[in-house]
Amino acid sequence: MTDKEQYKIQAEPFYQQQNNEVALYEAAYRNRLPVMVKGPTGCGKSRFIEYMAWKLGKPLITVACNEDMTASDLVGRYLLDEGGTRWLDGPLTTAARIGAICYLDEIVEARQDTTVVIHPLTDHRRTLPLDKKGELIHAHPDFQLVISYNPGYQTLMKDLKQSTKQRFTAFDFDYPDAALETEIVANETGLASDTVAKLVKIGNVARNLKGHGLDEGISTRLLVYAATLIKDNVSPVDACRMALVRPITDDADIRETLDHAIVATFT
Amino acid sequence: MAAFRARPSKFLAKEAAVAMNNTLSRDQQLELYWTRLDTRFPQAQAVFEDCMTEALASLSSEGVDAYLEAARAIGKLGRGVEPMLAFLEEWPATALAVGESALTAVMDTIRVMQKSPNGRAIDPFIRTLAPVARRLQSAELLEEYLEITQNLMTRTTGSIHGHHTTFPSPGLPDFLAQAPNLLGQLTLSGMKNWVDYGIRNYNNHPERQKDYFSLQSADSRAVLQRERQGTLLVDNERNLDLYLRGLWQDSEHLVPYSTAFDQIRKPIPYYDKLGIRLPDVCEDQNGIRGIDRYRAILAHIVGHRRWSEAQIADNWSPFQRMAVEFFEDCRIDTLLIREYPGMRKLFLALHPKPQENACDPETTSCLRHRLAMLSRALLDPDHGYTDADLNEFVARFHALMEQPATSTNEVAHLALSYVARTRRQSDQFAKVHFDNTVVEYRDDNRQLWKFIEAGDEEEAFDEQRKIEPQEIQGLPPRHYPEWDYVSQSYRPDWVSVYESLHSSGNAADIDRLLQKHAALAKQLKKMLDALKPQDKVRIRYQEEGSELDLDVAIRSLIDYKSGANPDPRINMSHRTNGRSIAVMLLLDLSESLNEKAAGSEQTILELSQEAVSLLAWAIDKLGDPFAIAGFHSNTRHEVRYQHIKGYSERWDDEVKARLAKMEAGYSTRMGAAMRHAAHYLSAQKADKKLMLILTDGQPSDVDTSDDRLLIEDARQAVKELDQQGIFPYCISLDARLKAGDDDYVRDIFGQHYTIIDHIERLPERLPKLFMALTK
Repeated sequence: MTDKEQYKIQAEPFYQQQNNEVALYEAAYRNRLPVMVKGPTGCGKSRFIEYMAWKLGKPLITVACNEDMTASDLVGRYLLDEGGTRWLDGPLTTAARIGAICYLDEIVEARQDTTVVIHPLTDHRRTLPLDKKGELIHAHPDFQLVISYNPGYQTLMKDLKQSTKQRFTAFDFDYPDAALETEIVANETGLASDTVAKLVKIGNVARNLKGHGLDEGISTRLLVYAATLIKDNVSPVDACRMALVRPITDDADIRETLDHAIVATFT
Repeated sequence: MAAFRARPSKFLAKEAAVAMNNTLSRDQQLELYWTRLDTRFPQAQAVFEDCMTEALASLSSEGVDAYLEAARAIGKLGRGVEPMLAFLEEWPATALAVGESALTAVMDTIRVMQKSPNGRAIDPFIRTLAPVARRLQSAELLEEYLEITQNLMTRTTGSIHGHHTTFPSPGLPDFLAQAPNLLGQLTLSGMKNWVDYGIRNYNNHPERQKDYFSLQSADSRAVLQRERQGTLLVDNERNLDLYLRGLWQDSEHLVPYSTAFDQIRKPIPYYDKLGIRLPDVCEDQNGIRGIDRYRAILAHIVGHRRWSEAQIADNWSPFQRMAVEFFEDCRIDTLLIREYPGMRKLFLALHPKPQENACDPETTSCLRHRLAMLSRALLDPDHGYTDADLNEFVARFHALMEQPATSTNEVAHLALSYVARTRRQSDQFAKVHFDNTVVEYRDDNRQLWKFIEAGDEEEAFDEQRKIEPQEIQGLPPRHYPEWDYVSQSYRPDWVSVYESLHSSGNAADIDRLLQKHAALAKQLKKMLDALKPQDKVRIRYQEEGSELDLDVAIRSLIDYKSGANPDPRINMSHRTNGRSIAVMLLLDLSESLNEKAAGSEQTILELSQEAVSLLAWAIDKLGDPFAIAGFHSNTRHEVRYQHIKGYSERWDDEVKARLAKMEAGYSTRMGAAMRHAAHYLSAQKADKKLMLILTDGQPSDVDTSDDRLLIEDARQAVKELDQQGIFPYCISLDARLKAGDDDYVRDIFGQHYTIIDHIERLPERLPKLFMALTK
């Protein structure tokens, strides 16, 4: 049996509730409903799931999805050893066996045919057939499936199938409002909140430009990076350029506008 | 001479010393100078004393000698009194700016002018010398200016059939008159480019040359605009739009107004319901970049749009209104700074800082000065002004701004009490102190006022004017630049392209043509079937697939044998790749198409028609999006671009009817047509974009004498297409071109061309060529 303890979250992660999502999540978990968290990059989706796993005291298995991932990467496969073959559980199977929360991060990155294997786990059956092994796993009562999904870069190729979408309850995340975000970044980094407020302001400038040359605004995560740099005695202007502007755009006009916003904000 | 009475009050120290040394009275001295001038013009006598006073004050004694000698020489040129008067008046100021030594070069230039037929230009030359010198401020730069002038003169002075230099330069006097204005906006090298452009393009058209050099013609202004220094609005529109959206969550149409041609009344930024009006160019100022000046203007205007409400103006005097405007502007700026503290630095750098005692309230109206100082003090914590009233109101203003919400109305009351407190009799004076009081980033505040009464007049006459709606005929022209290979630069907005729908004929004609080529069509169909999307693309790393991928399989086997974990994805499969090509077929419809093709009974036009019909049929079968257009030109002012088939139209009777009516005439201005076609093609969403150009000869037009020019322009257009990701391909029907002689086609299209030798085979060749290209 796999060691359950290694998947437990040890210390309380910092999470600032935006609405009543914590209570809602708890309700969903009580009833073992699959959950989907949507929202732009770096707005706190993964942190929220981590926090909930800690709060509920359940192990959390996170899988970062990618294009090359196949169904057997999730479910498990036969490996060869001296004596012949040996079955190795994939992360999804492990979670179903030990009763963990299985978090598939950025699910749209995986190919659509891959994601179909989660279907039987997400409805009333709560089973996972391992056809290669000839085994049908009944999920542990504590097992729950969570996926995250960023609708921001919705292209034709990267979207969830309707049949997948309709198996989940969903949380819609967005960047928190300025006051809350200030509090979050200040809490996370310990930087004085008036400086953080300025960072948040710059973040909002970039978010206003979304769709006008920027695919995504400056995420809370990047604000945290900038604040961390400032905390380490980097000058605010340099820190903002490095952590907020340079990562998100190569467009000269946008870069210049954001640089100006930085100079205009930090005197 | 009695005319020179001594006026001791105007004596200057230096002059006095000279007079003392020579122990001559001032009158005698002047008389001596007058003799040396050796002239009998009474007009000269009238100004001589004033001129000499100025000259003695600013020139050395050798300088004065040279001055008189030069003036004498100019007086003897036989061109009347005007040049000499101009010289007498202008030289001292000129010498002050660039030094006395420049006189030799100036006199040389005058002599050259005198010897050429351009004597008439001497007067404007001397008249504008002082303002030009003031802008240049160095003898070297002045010499460069003289060089430009002489260059312009020699190159535009006419000589016809060996009559050497018989006609004066038409543009020179206008150029000289414009020179100070030009130098106000251009550097010397910019001016040189502007002059070169005028000489090159208008050398054999005296009237146009005059228009150009007097800044009357459109392209003269356009070229001037291009050469200007500073930050142009057109280059930064997107940047500023992002600024508005990003920092201020506002967006508005930005409209440039020209600052180049209003010398007397400088336009001020403003906004109305049609958009925000900004100067077309902002130069760097006080270490602030042009783009940041634009940002300051925009921020201020956005501030008004957010926080200002219009006030009723009728009951306030102009002074009160002015004060309200200053206070309100400061309130807006304060609120802006509160939003982005960094704006303070920007505003303060652009805000004038008037000296506290710069204005004398005894003689001048100082209200503007007081308000500008106050405005500075309201924004600048370290203003350092000591005036008690000013400081009191600064404190009251800040106290007001401490409140959570302020309004225009509250600040207006403060302004009114300020006017009442500091009012002086002299405010009414006509002489107003303006220096250092204009805050350039602020708008004209027209949105701040509403007037209840339209005016004092009994009747308003301008209300009734009605604008007759004009009938719109066709689409408005689009302007495209043309490449000038001599100067390696674009001529801005040089060509006008008129697009229109091709007239329709009988669609059945085209069907009949297709019928005629039924056998060929059958043959083509086979080729088309082979072309239809079926290109296989290999997908590797499949656990299940149609074939074994040998490379991966071997690698896995090695892993397996060595006890490592093998990759099970050893198969590969195939999928067919979609075809994504957008095609633009551009037909040259110039006069030469009406000629009979060599060895055929048909004209080239008829053969092209057949070929295009077959090609269109073939592309339609393939399902690629395609458009057809024809073009011909009648000078640069009229390039006609005829729409035959658009991308969204089907290959049906309507399109066929237009194709059936194809007619040929006029000339071939290829570059403009290609640019216009590219405008449509680039909007297509396809992986590959192909522009086929069917032409029978080299680009030419009746208004261009230089054959090379349009060829080079077309070549430049091809380069532009490449940059836009469009693949141009030329099908030349020029029968005269044989292998090795295909110079101009190769010059324009590089390797992307085919020459059809036997034009009668065009209908067969064209579709096959297309398929070969897109295979």
